[in-house]
Amino acid sequence: MKPMPILTVSSLSKSYPGLKALSDVSLTVGSGERVALLGHNGAGKSTLMKIVLGLIPYDGGTVTVHDAAPGSTEARNHVAYLPENVAFHPALTGLEQLCHYLALRGEPASKAMPLLSRVGLEAAAKRRIGTYSKGMRQRVGLAQALIGHPRLLILDEPTSGLDPVSRREFYALLDGLAAEGAGILLSSHALTEVEARTDRIVILSRGIAVAEGTLTELRRRAALQISVQIVPAAGAEAAIAAVFPQAEHRAGSLHLACQQDEKLALLARIASLGDKVADVEVQPPSLEDIYSHFSRGAAA
Amino acid sequence: MKRILSTARTEALIAARNRWVAISIAMMALFSLVLAAAGSAPTGTLGADRLSVIVASLTSLAVYLVPLIALLMAFDAIAGEVERGTLPLLLTYPVSRAEILLGKLLAHLAILALAVASGYGIAAFAALFSDTDAAEGLPALWRLFWSSVLMGATFLGAGYALSALSRRPSGAAGLAVGLWLVAVVLYDLALLAGIVASGDGVFTRHIFPVALLASPADAFRLYNLAASQATAAAAGTAGAANSIPVWQSLLSILLWPIATVGLAIAAFRKVTP
Repeated sequence: MKPMPILTVSSLSKSYPGLKALSDVSLTVGSGERVALLGHNGAGKSTLMKIVLGLIPYDGGTVTVHDAAPGSTEARNHVAYLPENVAFHPALTGLEQLCHYLALRGEPASKAMPLLSRVGLEAAAKRRIGTYSKGMRQRVGLAQALIGHPRLLILDEPTSGLDPVSRREFYALLDGLAAEGAGILLSSHALTEVEARTDRIVILSRGIAVAEGTLTELRRRAALQISVQIVPAAGAEAAIAAVFPQAEHRAGSLHLACQQDEKLALLARIASLGDKVADVEVQPPSLEDIYSHFSRGAAA
Repeated sequence: MKRILSTARTEALIAARNRWVAISIAMMALFSLVLAAAGSAPTGTLGADRLSVIVASLTSLAVYLVPLIALLMAFDAIAGEVERGTLPLLLTYPVSRAEILLGKLLAHLAILALAVASGYGIAAFAALFSDTDAAEGLPALWRLFWSSVLMGATFLGAGYALSALSRRPSGAAGLAVGLWLVAVVLYDLALLAGIVASGDGVFTRHIFPVALLASPADAFRLYNLAASQATAAAAGTAGAANSIPVWQSLLSILLWPIATVGLAIAAFRKVTP
């Protein structure tokens, strides 16, 4: 069953003078769904997010957020936002800033400390934000996005400035929110993170949604080659090279490429070589490959 | 209302940390002290109590200082949020732009009231200490206080409007200083030139009184001079004050804050983050 959509964008277009920022973009985010928005700088990710938040007007198409118009009080009551490079007034402490945001959402100030400890900032809560590192500011941003029970989270490059451990914690937090039924739309440059942690991927290129689907679907559609690396046993390199004359020699190992449907047959042939092979590694096309495949396709 | 109060609390914290509270109180207190000291000379000869004399001097001081402090506090209000990049996030919260602006206004107005109260308080204290009749001037001092706060609100609103229109703090600061110069200094000079040129002509008889009422600073001056016995102590400008009914200058100082704050809200609504 398809989850109930929290966000529906259909045939959205937006132009700036001399620039078509978005053309005919459609996407949905369902309740409990994590959707990743990928694209180069200037592909239209932030523009799309700001339109969904009601911060900037759009030219054509329709946008529905929680059954309301973007930017309406009803929509704003249910949507949380984490901007790219989130900023706060440097003279306020993390705790004061969060208390203010809680008040704006009609929540008691007593929830500020638990939120700050949820993002690991309780020790710095009473220090001014001006003294925080970028990663700490990002955590304040994340804490404010967790206020109340948002039905939709719009996260623009949420893990920039976070170290790998914090990133893992951050995605664990998102998993929890999605499990509670929140829809999540996030953009990221770190494709490898998105790979494991999102349900669906939308690739934007020059304002056009060039591909949408789960990672497996996109991989199949892109029909990119799988790379197979064979490490020969000592002295067996020539024997293997004779079997696979097309293989490329690189740093003592042999590299082969094949289509998805040829993979098993190829592996069977490698296995038949027995102890001439020391090791085999199979690498499916990475998200980076898929991403450049679709982005290039749109540009051509 | 809760959202306005929370915004006001946050703005007050920021103003306190940025030393704006201390700076505005120090400025008002220092100038009032100087006036109180200097104003002690002419008493007796004018037949007015010392506090009334000081109120007349304080009125002239407030006309320059209150708009300046108000504009300095206000110019950063929206342009600063734009430059820091804090505005987009704020505007995704369920809070209206009018509420944000009214919250800021409340905080800045409270700081201004505190500064004005300390300044006038010091002057009043000095007067009461040296002249036992000075208590007669207390109503005039109270009137000066609340009309100063209203004039402050007018210029806070004007400062917010400039802040929303320029969208950059440096641009807004320049516009604020420009507005202060035009509205408080050059406007009066232009009127003076008009009177000199016109003599007893149409300008002096018909345009000049309206022009005085149309300026928030002049209306403030008129109201305080006309409504108090301080008129006698400030003979120069009092001529004009006598020819214009008090209710008209009162109406002007009541309407101006509404006009500029309304303008600021309209300008803020046009800002795309």
